[in-house]
Amino acid sequence: MAVFLAIPLLGLLVIMQSAILSQVRLLNGTVDLVLLVLVAWSVQERVKTAWHWAVIGGLLISLASALPWSAVLAGYLLATGGARVLRRALWQRPLLAMVTATFLGTLITHTVTVAALQLTGTPIPLEQAINIITLPSALLNLLLAIPVYTWISDLANWLYPQEIEL
Amino acid sequence: MNSFRSFQTATLILLVVGILLLALGGYLTPLSRLALSPFIGAQTWISSRYQAIRDLFTSPRDVAQLTQRNAELEAEVSRLEAQIIELQQQTAELEVLSALLDFARAHPANEYLSAAVIGRDPSPFLHYIIVNRGSDDGIRRGMPVVSAQGLVGRVTAVTAGATRVQLISDPSTAINVRLKPSGAEALLTGSITGELSLEAIPQAAIVNASDLVLTSGLGGNYPPDIVIGQLTNVRQRPVELFQTASVQPIVDFDKLEIVLVIVNFQPVDITPLIPAP
Repeated sequence: MAVFLAIPLLGLLVIMQSAILSQVRLLNGTVDLVLLVLVAWSVQERVKTAWHWAVIGGLLISLASALPWSAVLAGYLLATGGARVLRRALWQRPLLAMVTATFLGTLITHTVTVAALQLTGTPIPLEQAINIITLPSALLNLLLAIPVYTWISDLANWLYPQEIEL
Repeated sequence: MNSFRSFQTATLILLVVGILLLALGGYLTPLSRLALSPFIGAQTWISSRYQAIRDLFTSPRDVAQLTQRNAELEAEVSRLEAQIIELQQQTAELEVLSALLDFARAHPANEYLSAAVIGRDPSPFLHYIIVNRGSDDGIRRGMPVVSAQGLVGRVTAVTAGATRVQLISDPSTAINVRLKPSGAEALLTGSITGELSLEAIPQAAIVNASDLVLTSGLGGNYPPDIVIGQLTNVRQRPVELFQTASVQPIVDFDKLEIVLVIVNFQPVDITPLIPAP
């Protein structure tokens, strides 16, 4: 059920990302709504489909982006992995796990993107990329991290209701 | 006794007639005004109190009517405001289409296909747009894309119903350009910030800020003489082989709404001619 829900939900987010959010900029940084949802989904306690969502999100973003699909997929899978690790380490502080995973996820996806672009011959000045893209993007992602976490928590509780022992 | 009564009657008649004549002559107006003013004041006071009392009992009905009328008028205002916004949007769209038509008329050798911008690349590192026409409409990879102002980019990926266009501001862009009026050839490159810069301007070339930057057609990726922008800052150092410069693009890439794809231009692939390193 959760896997099937991921396709329309992440598809809608990709459309929003491409049509609206890519034009809302802080310097040259933008919000990565798909990353936020994947991270928020990964830090949920009872969720077992985080990797599936990461693959679906990565493939859907690849349809709209000129980045190599492997780079997008690798970035989201690594961010999901990082979020899963943080969830186990900070299991008593899910909000802290969300915020930390968002920041790390932004750094990971951007590092993978820059590496992929350098490999394909696109010149990316690193210092400039960090100052005007990565850090503003991280700030925007952190601003939206808590609202997205709340929304995704509700969704996770609806899809994976807590079992009560009688 | 009778004569006294007839005298009294005659005096009374004369008095009445006199008063009537004075009144008709207008001689009694100040007197009547003075006499009537207390009555008018009293009547005004009573009338206003009566109206206030009457309003007290009848006002709920009026308030309900006024509230309903107010709601109707507010709805009407909202409808008219929405209509104004819609008309303003139509006017703006018409202006864009008119400018594109002027551009197409100015370059009759090219065949154009208009397309609306429906999205941008989700990655902040890249400068691409997505338009709502695809291979079903005859768009092929490599076709140049322009707007009413000048060069926008070129098609890099096509699906049946949509096309991805690489903007000339993308960091991986490299376009052969010609400067006007100097005629010097150079290489235009984009950047992650979207700024355009010119490289490989010969040292001997006399170039000035405000020179026009046009496509040269070399390399076969773009048709010649499409306007790109204007030089803003030329840097010439004697120790370097080439001059460099910044370029102010003529197209505002953040405000692109409708673009034209040049569908009769066939890009030339010169990759086989480039010697391998």
